[in-house]
Amino acid sequence: MGKYFFNETDIRSAWEHVLCAFWQRYPNPYSTHVLTEDVVFREVTPDNCLLSRRLLTKTNRLPRWAERIFPGNLSRSVYIIEDSIVDPNNRRLTTLTWNLNHSKLMMVVERCVFHGERERPVWTHLTREAWISSGVFGLSRPIQEFGLSRFRSNQMKAMKGLEHALSKLHISAAQSHHGDAPKDSSEKAKNMTSPSSSQKPQEYV
Amino acid sequence: QELFLKMNSVGEGCTELKREYDQCFNRWFAEKFLKGDRSGDPCTEMFKKYQSCVQKAIKEKDIPIDGVEFMGPNKEKPGS
Repeated sequence: MGKYFFNETDIRSAWEHVLCAFWQRYPNPYSTHVLTEDVVFREVTPDNCLLSRRLLTKTNRLPRWAERIFPGNLSRSVYIIEDSIVDPNNRRLTTLTWNLNHSKLMMVVERCVFHGERERPVWTHLTREAWISSGVFGLSRPIQEFGLSRFRSNQMKAMKGLEHALSKLHISAAQSHHGDAPKDSSEKAKNMTSPSSSQKPQEYV
Repeated sequence: QELFLKMNSVGEGCTELKREYDQCFNRWFAEKFLKGDRSGDPCTEMFKKYQSCVQKAIKEKDIPIDGVEFMGPNKEKPGS
């Protein structure tokens, strides 16, 4: 039972830039549904890995058919935990994100691995997986379908948001080095291969 | 004008502390941590102030984050 999602893509930015952008990706034009962001735990391990936990609150957007069935869910935002491990020795960032509440209705667990391969220093490889499940008897299939569809759309927004943060970083780096307005540094950051799904994002208001 | 937009903390009174800490962290992360410089974290005091504010807000809002194991759901997933 449940839906599984898998996607691999390459980001045309060095791993270090992707990581800086990862911490600074909110707010961005695609994240209007993300209301708050907080780091609630952080620790450097003895082998120099960085562990972090971020707490996010997001608006809970459901399609109308679900709003009719689950009216109580509208009032509360969704609380999301994002745990991450930065391993600078292996140039790997692993993240795990899941919702703390509304989990009986639907649980989405997402795991991402951002890996900087030494042979390809200007690229970062991203593997994204998600597991979507619902515990509601008799409705789990449409809920999971909705969950998968919203996940795909959120995944596209997340990539656009990361790209946006990357281009801001490139621009400010270019300005501090040359003291000029950037010429084509923003172009480099925009050249991200898009995820395989070409689905039009749907907004559930 | 977009440069002035920043995220809020879940604790309404904690946003300033959050932003100060984030700024310190982002600088340390890029200039020290990623470069293998282990000379120490200049943000610890700022983090403590921010945390005492935000942990209070988390309790007040009954956000069920207490005792949630780090990377907990990863255990049951393949390839972990």
